[in-house]
Amino acid sequence: MKTPIYLDYSATTPCDPRVVQRMLPFFADTFGNAASRSHAFGWTAEAAVEQARGEVAALIGAHPKEIIWTSGSTEANNLAIKGVAEMYRQKGNHLITAVTEHKAVLDPMKHLESQGFEVTWLPVDKLGHVDLDQLEAAITDRTILVSLMTANNEVGTLHPIHEIGALCKRKGTLFHSDATQAAGRFPLDVEAQHVDLLSLSAHKMYGPKGVGCLYVRRKNPRVRLVAQMDGGGHERGMRSGTLNVPGIVGMGEAARLAKAEMVRELPLLAALRDRLEARLLAALPDAVRNGDPAARLPHLANVSFPYVEGESLIMGIKELAVSSGSACTSASLEPSYVLKSLGLGDELAHSSIRFSLGRFTSEAEVDFATDRVVQEVKRLRSMSPLWEMVQEGIDLTQVRWTAH
Amino acid sequence: MAYSDKVLDHYQNPRNVGSLDKNAPDVGTGIVGAPECGDVMKLQIKVDDQGRIVDAKFKTYGCGSAIASSSLATEWLKGTTVDAAAQIKNTQIVEELSLPPVKIHCSVLAEDAIKAAIEDWRKKRSAQATPPEGHA
Ligand SMILES: Cc1ncc(COP(=O)(O)O)c(C=O)c1O
Repeated sequence: MKTPIYLDYSATTPCDPRVVQRMLPFFADTFGNAASRSHAFGWTAEAAVEQARGEVAALIGAHPKEIIWTSGSTEANNLAIKGVAEMYRQKGNHLITAVTEHKAVLDPMKHLESQGFEVTWLPVDKLGHVDLDQLEAAITDRTILVSLMTANNEVGTLHPIHEIGALCKRKGTLFHSDATQAAGRFPLDVEAQHVDLLSLSAHKMYGPKGVGCLYVRRKNPRVRLVAQMDGGGHERGMRSGTLNVPGIVGMGEAARLAKAEMVRELPLLAALRDRLEARLLAALPDAVRNGDPAARLPHLANVSFPYVEGESLIMGIKELAVSSGSACTSASLEPSYVLKSLGLGDELAHSSIRFSLGRFTSEAEVDFATDRVVQEVKRLRSMSPLWEMVQEGIDLTQVRWTAH
Repeated sequence: MAYSDKVLDHYQNPRNVGSLDKNAPDVGTGIVGAPECGDVMKLQIKVDDQGRIVDAKFKTYGCGSAIASSSLATEWLKGTTVDAAAQIKNTQIVEELSLPPVKIHCSVLAEDAIKAAIEDWRKKRSAQATPPEGHA
């Protein structure tokens, strides 16, 4: 088997070869600037961009004119959050989000806080859900935006966005959802789900890196934004900058494939993911699954392995490309804030691994990966004083540790 | 994160993993660290009548550098005297394993574990050295 085995599709996906094929002509042959109105080079590029716009719109049940191209989800989230805040400042200065959002939502919100906006940070329960009553109670007539992700990137928990959308609509506040992880893995429909703004990124759905989009509702209600990038007035003034034509073409093809293959792909992914979890839990019954076992993405499993430390585990399974529950932001390991807000102690958060499967994952790879993880967890447990104490019947919570 | 070859070697082939009888009079046990901090080390020494360390074992919950630090410590302990062992400094471990600054705490923990094991052994010995008859 070829190693390392890629089980980190939530970090990024490879480009589907069909996507690459669609993109290739747009680098050197049909290389025009989509904004060039005076010649065929520009017209060809523009036609390709518009086709892609239609394909992405179709994936989420939107009108093509509601798609604004960006450099990815980080930019789409920034545009949605800051753009709404600046546009609707007269109406109110209050925004709502949750503590488990991606940094690309949390940090724009923090930025707004520093500018005098008020942000409500909703907590989550141990499965990763916000309390809808608490959300409803938090919405006031000063609330201009609720931003809650469709699916969480670390544990895969799906927020009930149709209910959240309906609630926001009833309360008259705008609803933004970061659907970066959900695209192609969960059916999206901005009408049925009452979403006003939605962020997507191509590189999480078998498209290229550095391209994404923001869906901005045009009717019922018409959402307006203050652009965060000023310049030539591209994208109806909402996002200036020459369009990344090859990237956009790639995103369009990725969206078309996602829509066409989802029905077939989702049950296969879920079956592989279930196999992975079942094999881990059968061999290591005290392993802990994190997130909501029911309402979740089909391709992702987040599992904690008590009594072994996460970094040493990752070090031991170097044939596997996975993410650990410790965000290795700097050189030091911080336990993931998402897992901690689900109520996991530092120890469990430290020992968690996110496995995310994808279009090119095979059953043999899942079996190899689980065997390796089990083997390594057992090896590390045989050297773990914590495991030894637990075998001796010692309650670790009663031990007086020497903190350092 | 990049690991030095020596850290990798100790991680993959740890020396002296295991446990000695913690109730034996000639065994000293040191347990340092805390699970929430991400590392716990248990280090044990078995000492003969001449004060020589005849065996050393460890178990560590922690990152690769913590495992390597304690594995290396047991190598150094075996065959040396308790007095010499008490002189081992974390900086020697840092140097031998080429630990980066963020991993220095692993070496500190190993030094603490050595000291705790010696301390435990000394306590046991002084308890024994005071026989019931009462003459010292
Ligand atoms: C939920 C979520 N939002 C936003 C992002 C950022 O997306 P991009 O890399 O396109 O900026 C990611 C990916 O890391 C993500 O998982």
